[in-house]
Parts: sequence; C-alpha cells; structure tokens
Amino acid sequence: MTLEDYANFSNYAIASATAVLALAWLASVAQWAFGSKAVRAKNTIPVAEPALVGAGASWTSGASADTGDSDGALAEERSDLSGRISLSLTILALGILLAGVVTRGLAAERVPWGNMYEFAMTGISVVLVGYLVMVFWMKIDWLAPLVLGFSVVMLGLSMTVYVPAGPLVPALDSYWLVIHVAAAIIAGAGFLIGAGASILYLVKSRAEAAPGGPKGYLSRLPRAAAMDQLAYRVTAFSFPVWTFAALISGPIWAEHAWGRPWGWDPKEVWAFITWVAYAGYLHARATAGWKGRAAAILALVAFTTFLFSFVGVNLFFPGLHSYAK
Amino acid sequence: MADKIRGPKGSGAAPALSTVSTLRWAWRQLTSMRTALFLLLLLALAAVPGSIVPQRSVDPRAVAAYFERHPDLAPVLDKLGAFHVYTSVWFSAIYLLLMASLVGCIIPRVGVYARALRARPPKAPRNLSRLPASTSYETTADVEKVLADAAKSLGMARKDTVTETDDSGTVVAGEVRAERGYLRELGNLVFHISLVVVLVGVASMSLLGYRGNAIVAEGGGYSNTLTQFDEFTAGGLFDTDDLPPFSMTLDDFDARFELDGPQRGAPRSFVARGTVTDKPGDEPRPYELKVNHPLRVDGASVYLVGQGYAPVVRVTDGDGRVVFEDAVPFLPADATYTSNGVVKVPDARPTQLGFQGFFLPTAVATGEEEIPGSAHPAAANPLLGLFAYYGDLGLDDGEAQSVYVLDKDELTQFMGDDGKPLRLMLTPGESVSLPDGKGSIEFVELRQFARFQFSAQPGVMVPLWGVSVGAIGLVLSLMIRPRRTWVRARRREDGTTVVEVAALDRVPRSDVEQSVDDLAGRLKDRTGHTGSGYDTASEPASSPVAVATEDVHTKAAASEDEA
Repeated sequence: MTLEDYANFSNYAIASATAVLALAWLASVAQWAFGSKAVRAKNTIPVAEPALVGAGASWTSGASADTGDSDGALAEERSDLSGRISLSLTILALGILLAGVVTRGLAAERVPWGNMYEFAMTGISVVLVGYLVMVFWMKIDWLAPLVLGFSVVMLGLSMTVYVPAGPLVPALDSYWLVIHVAAAIIAGAGFLIGAGASILYLVKSRAEAAPGGPKGYLSRLPRAAAMDQLAYRVTAFSFPVWTFAALISGPIWAEHAWGRPWGWDPKEVWAFITWVAYAGYLHARATAGWKGRAAAILALVAFTTFLFSFVGVNLFFPGLHSYAK
Repeated sequence: MADKIRGPKGSGAAPALSTVSTLRWAWRQLTSMRTALFLLLLLALAAVPGSIVPQRSVDPRAVAAYFERHPDLAPVLDKLGAFHVYTSVWFSAIYLLLMASLVGCIIPRVGVYARALRARPPKAPRNLSRLPASTSYETTADVEKVLADAAKSLGMARKDTVTETDDSGTVVAGEVRAERGYLRELGNLVFHISLVVVLVGVASMSLLGYRGNAIVAEGGGYSNTLTQFDEFTAGGLFDTDDLPPFSMTLDDFDARFELDGPQRGAPRSFVARGTVTDKPGDEPRPYELKVNHPLRVDGASVYLVGQGYAPVVRVTDGDGRVVFEDAVPFLPADATYTSNGVVKVPDARPTQLGFQGFFLPTAVATGEEEIPGSAHPAAANPLLGLFAYYGDLGLDDGEAQSVYVLDKDELTQFMGDDGKPLRLMLTPGESVSLPDGKGSIEFVELRQFARFQFSAQPGVMVPLWGVSVGAIGLVLSLMIRPRRTWVRARRREDGTTVVEVAALDRVPRSDVEQSVDDLAGRLKDRTGHTGSGYDTASEPASSPVAVATEDVHTKAAASEDEA
C-alpha cells in the first residue's frame, strides 16, 4: 500500500470506529434503561421486598404482579443482551480504531500523535483499551454510558480539526514527542475514567442518601464508596504519569526546543493548573469536610481543566503548543 | 497529606489573647491541611489570567499590541501585575505561603516518621473478629510452631512475636504482630521535600541565568557580548561581564518546506551550519544547529528559534558612491513568509535614504496593479517591494531606534510619475535608479537569516532532579498501602490450638479479606488444621497478651485516611 492508501484506510477506519462506538454507546444506554425497567418491575411485587419499594412506587395487586414479574424477566433479559452487545461492539470499535491509528502512523511515517486530530484518536484508543482491561478485571462496565459517550463525542469532534497525514513541523520532530505526548495521553485516559467514576459516584451517593435509597438501575451499580475508590485509584495512577508528562518530560523537551524548561506558555499554564487541581483532589480526599462529594466535584473540575488544556488552549490561545492544525 | 498530623482544623477555637499563642494559632492554621488545600486551589486559580492576558516574559510584542487595543484597560491591568502574573506579588505570595505551609507540615512529619520507624508493630486488638477482615481455624500443632510458621508466612514485614508461658514453661498463647508499608510515608515526605527543592532550583535559575536573542544572516557572525543581542533579559544576580566569550559564524542556512500535497508550505527542517569558537584563541569548530538540537558551548546554549530571509541590498547614492551593502533581515509575518523590513542608509549624500517594504519568497501576482502575495515560504520567485524615502532618518537625535522601523517624521516619500508613491519591485540582480538622481538600489542576492537564542540556566538540573526524585516518592506514596496483620494462637484445654488471623489497612482497600484468607490458607498448609473454623466472637477473649487493645483498635481505625 502507498502512503496515500494508508491515509485513506485510516480515515475510513476512524469514521467507522466512531459509528460502531456510537452503537455500542446506544446499547449501553439500552442496558441501563432495560435494567431500570427490570428493577421497577421487581419492586412492584408486594411480596418481594417491601423495604426496597421507594416512596414513589405504588403498590399493585397480586394479579398485576405476575405481569410485572414476566415484564421484569423480559426487561432483565434485554438488559443483559444490550450489555453484551455493547461490550462486543466496543471491542469491535476498538479493533477498527486501532487499525485506523496504526495506518495513520504508517501514512505519516511517525507516531500517530503529532496534532490534535491524532491526539484524540490515539487518546480514545488508550481510553478504550484501559476501559476494557478494567471491565474484564474489575467489572467496571457500569461506566459504559459515560466512557463510551465521551469517546464518541471526542472522536466526532476531532474530525473538525482533521489534518491530512504528513510529516511533522521541525519543532515537533523529536523523540520527546513519543515520550511526552504518550505520557500525556495515558494520564488523560486515566483522568477520563476517573472522572466518569466521580460523576456516577456523585449520582449514586445522592441516591443513597435519599429516603428509600437508590432506585432503578442505580440500585444495581456498585456502592458509591466503591465508585469513589475506583475514581481515586485511577487518578492515583494517572497523577504521577501526568507529573512525568507535564513537569519532567515537558520541561526537558522545552529546554531542547525553546531554550527554557518552563516559560508559562498557555499550554504549560493549563498543564500546571491541571496538576495543581488534581493535587488538590488527592489532598481533599484526606481532609475532613472535603472527603466524598466535595472531593469528587474537585476531581471533575480538575478533569475540566485537563480538557481545556487539550481543546481550549489548542484552539483559542496562540502559543508554542498550537498544534491543532 | 493526612490532616490528623497537621494540627487542628480551621474550626478551632478563637485565638487566645497572648502573642505567643496567637502566633502559634496562626502557624497551626497555616500548616493545616485545609489551608494547604485552599492555597493549592488559589494557586490554580491565580495561574489562569496569565494564559488569557499576554505576558511580557513570553511575548512582549503581544503585550504592546494589547496596550494599543485596550488603551483604558491595559494600564489598570498592568498595575495589577496582569502582564507578569507569575512574578507578581500576589502570585508569589500564594506560592510562598504554600511553601511555608508545606515546610510547616513536613518538619513535624519527619519527626513522626522517624519515631514510627523505630516503633514496633502495635499489639493486636483484643477482639480480632471485629476488624474489617479476620478468620480463624483450629490446629493440633502447638502454639510455638504456629507462631513460627506465621512469621514465615507473613513474608516481608516488620514482625514481633510475643509469647506467654504457663507455670511449666510451655508456651500457651502468643501473637505475631506485623506491619508493612513504611515506604508510603517516606515517599510522601520525599515528594513534598522535593517540591521545595524544585522551587529553590527554579528561583536560582531565574536569578543567575540570562537569555538573549540575535539575528545572524548567512555569511555573518556573532560574538557573545551584550551589544550583539536584539533582546536580552537576565536574572537579578547575573553580571553581564560573565557572558561566556564565545563567537560563531553562520555559513549556511538550509530551510525545507513541504513542496506539494495537502500540507504544502509546512516547514520540514531548518539547519544552521557554521563554526563556533569557544573562547578567543581557540580553534573554530564546525557546528550544525537544528530545532530541538541546541548547540552547547562552555557556559551557554545556543538554540535555533527562528529564521527568515535577508536580501542583500546595495545602495549607491547621488554622488555615485556605494554607501550601503549588507544583508537586511526581513521579519516573516505569516506562514508563507511574507516579510517586512527596513533599509536605512545614513551615509547617502546629498540626503539620507530610507526604504521600507516587504519581501516575498514566492511572489505571485494577484491582479493588475495589486501588490503581489507570497504563495509559498520557499524562495522560488523572490521579490523585494519597497517604498523609498529621502531626508533625515532621525538617527542623530540620540534616541535609540529599532532597526525594523523607519522614522518618517523628517522623510519625504519618492513619488512616481503618476503621482502615487513610488513602488520599487526588485528581483535578485535587478537594480533601479531613484528619481532626481538621488542614487540607485540593487537587490544583489538573497540570503537567509537565523534567529538564535543564547542562554544559560545555571542549576537547571536541580529542579529536574528534584521533580524526578519527587515523582518516585509520589508513586510510592500513592501505590504503597500500609497494612497491619496479626496472627494470634492460643492453646485450649483440650490441647488444640486456636489460630486467629486478622488485618487492618490504614488505607481501606477491597482485597483485605482475600489476603487474610490467603494468609490463613498458607498458614493452614504449614500447621495442618482440624477442619472446622472456630468462632472466636462467641467466646470472651481471655489472652493476657492482649491487654487494653481496644485502644489500639480505635487508633488504627481512626487513621484510615490516605496520606
């Protein structure tokens, strides 16, 4: 295949992967919806577990309980099926995406993370790999709607900053590109999964605090405390990686390329802000009055600053890191 | 860091009246975890404006442009330090307070850690079954064997075995206390200390270092003295007499751009070649300087930070003398290297001459009578377009002038026959005469220029090593999870031994039950077991070894915070 063939193949693969991933996301939403229905159907059976019936649930007669039960079983089945479809489609999407990323690298004859478009596609591949590994290892498929949804949006938006495959500008032509950007991608993937867990933690802990406890599909998700712990663990993994990307390899490369290790370029400013915000999160988890919800909100703020240093700084601020196009 | 060691929380009582206790109260507030957290968030917030408002240290020209665009707002912002956020009083105040808070936190914790290193693992709580993870079994092996096997099974940990004998000297009860994960707090301390080291390193770097910029055209040279810099900034403790005395020439500059395809015009490689002489009297050595590959000379580094075109212009004055012949750098204004520049000829007679205009590397006509544009950054069809002026260049009134700006106050523009300003369009080798016998100008040949940055950052390795060692500490503090494990064995009247295994994590984790079961399993394999589990909770614990252990339990449970 010629370089152009690779480039074309990559474009088709990225577009297909986005479409397949969108279907995987829909299936994950269906899993949630059917699951909610199944839980509701179960809860309407008076004899099942009255304690679980929420304040809003109405008691039904024994006659309709049977239908509730069969409805519930059907919904249960559909929920499971949707979950399996979602997982299969995610794996398929990842396969296609990886093919697209690899051919993009072959087309450009370098690592496929030299601009914003490539950063997004490689970043989402890493997110999906990490997510799938954790699904098999730690059963975190409850994160599917958030992780898949975010990935689809990111891949879709990355097409707006599409650039044809080609060699790098001289400032990027360095082996530090491989190290520095790869570390940023890995850290970002962890931050994303952590943010997803923090969002669901906030939802779930609110539901747990509400009278009657969590309702619908929420009641099937892990305890809020487990979500919080997952968020912490992936962030605790990502934070040192981010430290390496932003505060070690970044300054080394900046010294080589621009003659100063740190110059408060907008990207450097926002990488620093992200670092400080996540440091704040790690401290908040150990501070009375900040533990729990406040810390989770801080984690989401920190993730927003990460997103901003990727998207906002690239597009809105002129600077040495303006590699969007 | 865990707040329990950081003193009282913000909700503490109002300060006492005496100065000493007020100071102590203030210090405790400053070094409390809440304050540290607040300062961290404040630091993040304070860093934001520096990415929105242009910074003098990053781009002084952008600051000047901002002043022009916002004549009312800019002076106010300037007073607030918005154009030098990261050296402003308020930004410095935040990070200095943060550092003080950090130091105030580290020092006591080093002491606490030193004591913890010497301390032995704590006694087992009286009722092990109350711990988050515990199990028990019965065995026929005697207590001594169980404890010895337990010590082996526990692997790497700080361990104490405590036994209790009856009147005949037989060991009837005992426990193994094990604690591991000491590296967590070590990593934590190393990380926070390294932050202080980084800050000190960065401060010394900016105080002792300097940075300068100079444009050198092909065929030209540069020697490292103050007068040769176009821009120069140095730290407060840097003495310009200390500039290392090297010099260099630029013999050849090679710029490559994408010639076709979708990325047409994108820069591909820039290489500057020449010779460098480390100090006067040394043999010149050849160098090749590229982006990302700085040239290291004794005491300084040279970076390639920009490039452009420098047409060689020869000006002959009205008296027929060649009064100017030099490469004139034209500064690129866009990606196609449409460049702007100025030629000043103070020696021309009868009047001084000045030229201002543009240079296009690949000129393409955009229409009749229109000024052409540049289609590509490579020099495929170089064109020099100039307006010409005569009169007084204003160089004699003592004020420093930029070489890129023509002061037109005392200058008159040459007009063409059509009454419009005279436009000179020159290709290499072309020459045109100026009206009224005021001379002529020739575009002799095209050269390129390189913009070099010369800088020294003494101690640049200090923050680098600091942050690298700190990162290792950070990994330790985040990944290592301290755990206390106890194995207690007690001989019963019937001759069997009851073995209890329990563990307590200082950072709660989900695998504690599994590992207690695993440990019990390994221990069972060594000691043998009678098959039935043993319900310790139903029997009052009577081991004299475990006196007053409720206390230990409470303490341990209270310290579950992540550091």
